[in-house]
Amino acid sequence: MFVELNNLLNTTPDRAEQGKLTLLCDAKTDGSFLVHHFLSFYLKANCKVCFVALIQSFSHYSIVGQKLGVSLTMARERGQLVFLEGLKSAVDVVFQAQKEPQPLQFLREANAGNLKPLFEFVREALKPVDSGEARWTYPVLLVDDLSVLLSLGMGAVAVLDFIHYCRATVCWELKGNMVVLVHDSGDAEDEENDILLNGLSHQSHLILRAEGLATGFCRDVHGQLRILWRRPSQSTAQRDQSFTYQYKIQDKSVSFFAKGMSPAVL
Amino acid sequence: MAAVATCDSVAGSTGSAVATASKRNVTSFQKRGPRASGTNDSGPRLVSIAGTRPSVRNGQLLVSTGLPALDQLLGGGLAVGTVLLIEEDKYNIYSPLLFKYFLAEGIVNGHTLLVASAKEDPANILQELPAPLLDDKCKKEFDEDVYNHKTPESNIKMKIAWRYQLLPKMEIGPVSSSRFGHYYDASKRMPQELIEASNWHGFFLPEKISSTLKVEPCSLTPGYTKLLQFIQNIIYEEGFDGSNPQKKQRNILRIGIQNLGSPLWGDDICCAENGGNSHSLTKFLYVLRGLLRTSLSACIITMPTHLIQNKAIIARVTNLSDIVVGLESFIGSERETNPLYKDYHGLIHIRQIPRLNNLICDESDVKDLAFKLKRKLFTIEVDFIS
Repeated sequence: MFVELNNLLNTTPDRAEQGKLTLLCDAKTDGSFLVHHFLSFYLKANCKVCFVALIQSFSHYSIVGQKLGVSLTMARERGQLVFLEGLKSAVDVVFQAQKEPQPLQFLREANAGNLKPLFEFVREALKPVDSGEARWTYPVLLVDDLSVLLSLGMGAVAVLDFIHYCRATVCWELKGNMVVLVHDSGDAEDEENDILLNGLSHQSHLILRAEGLATGFCRDVHGQLRILWRRPSQSTAQRDQSFTYQYKIQDKSVSFFAKGMSPAVL
Repeated sequence: MAAVATCDSVAGSTGSAVATASKRNVTSFQKRGPRASGTNDSGPRLVSIAGTRPSVRNGQLLVSTGLPALDQLLGGGLAVGTVLLIEEDKYNIYSPLLFKYFLAEGIVNGHTLLVASAKEDPANILQELPAPLLDDKCKKEFDEDVYNHKTPESNIKMKIAWRYQLLPKMEIGPVSSSRFGHYYDASKRMPQELIEASNWHGFFLPEKISSTLKVEPCSLTPGYTKLLQFIQNIIYEEGFDGSNPQKKQRNILRIGIQNLGSPLWGDDICCAENGGNSHSLTKFLYVLRGLLRTSLSACIITMPTHLIQNKAIIARVTNLSDIVVGLESFIGSERETNPLYKDYHGLIHIRQIPRLNNLICDESDVKDLAFKLKRKLFTIEVDFIS
């Protein structure tokens, strides 16, 4: 996890809020560093994490996790991390007929189905094990990323239903957290993606939006991060807080600074 | 299972040693120093494969794209297990060249090739590969060809040390036994004996679509389904994913797919904006990515993105590919007659570079790049005009 980002978000692994949905989105840049941050954050907070990794392989997250100080292999072995490797699962589903329903079963179907098997997988992974003592603090669901489900033929409504079911189970019932990543296609006019993004924006408590700089590529400032706190359940009497920072990604950390205050410029 | 573990972390060779070491109760925080190919560190070492080298940034295994200039722009080469997507230029003149350079590099290094096309018979494609420049004599010849337009001082410097012009400007890490990245003469053909000595598989869609292999129910167009099965078959049969106990493969599979997404593949995204098969191509790319990530292979795909009607699909395709390079040729545009561009044949856009096993990626500082095809050489240069 990035200590500077924790300071900006005013959290530490020990006293993070529960029952929250965090939306990560990126526009014109790569927002995957936020996923690595939250993965290591919640593993360090001793939470039970279910990671639905649809876009990269396990070794990718594992190697970056090592740089950030968590070992995904050890977390998986001791049961703290349940990792669904979407790429491997998709290859198994497409090339071999499986007997039990797989999480990505919809790849075999001709019509757009629903994500019920995937939700069952998540629920099974995060259900509290009644072994007496509580080993983990609270469950966390991490999804990287939801836009891939749209590319695989799911409709935006099916994905929103899936998130709704997960939220009801993970955030409300189990008092855990959820973090999902969605790409913002910008001017590519991806209607389904826009529906998904808008729908999730209204439901989330915290939105982290990584944007490329409007002026183009810069070597010292990789992008801009917009942090938006929302209170979806309360009335709109209280205004949502929003902050903007610029960032530069380094080998093992990310440094944040106010707009225009990059060390390279000063 | 050990076999699964090693093939799972095939993409990060140095990193995988660290991950597997942790399984043996060694602390997982091991300092990864740069390794020469000779030293033996803890953990299973991949025997160095011809035509590959580890990346200096994260130990990722890289193969050359066939164009050393492009390798430099991509941070050393194409990572094993990833897809290089070439967005074709408007009249499909220069993208077949990049495609052929990639395949020619595979033949020179002894890699196995898999060539898939819906338009041309793969055997014909292989006959048209450019010849590699392997003699010193030829190197000197085209050195003068390439560098005679540069400013006089740099020309003088280069002439003194002409032999070193061919080495990449940054020496990237330990060099494996055979050279990484060769130059090709686009005016000559690859010698027949080299082609015959190589191991290649061809997928020509009109031939395969008539035969009835076992077709699994899937909502992809039949052409894509057959191609996926063919690729998966080769990967499994020849042991590129380490799962076949009989075959111990220590070679790279280079996959080349031409004109993916064009109507010849049975896909209608180039014809209609909201066709019935709008998810076929993205599903294909996803499953292909899954196959590549767990095998010793690298893939080049050329795609006529300028024909795709629905811009959203292009965005999705970009997200599902690792490296995306766009070619924009000047033919037929007003830039062809623009005196500023008279030296160049087109622009090359590096649209996306992946961040594999890392938070950062090797983006080149220069974004304005132009290419030109000289008599023998395809060069990429910084475009000083814009």
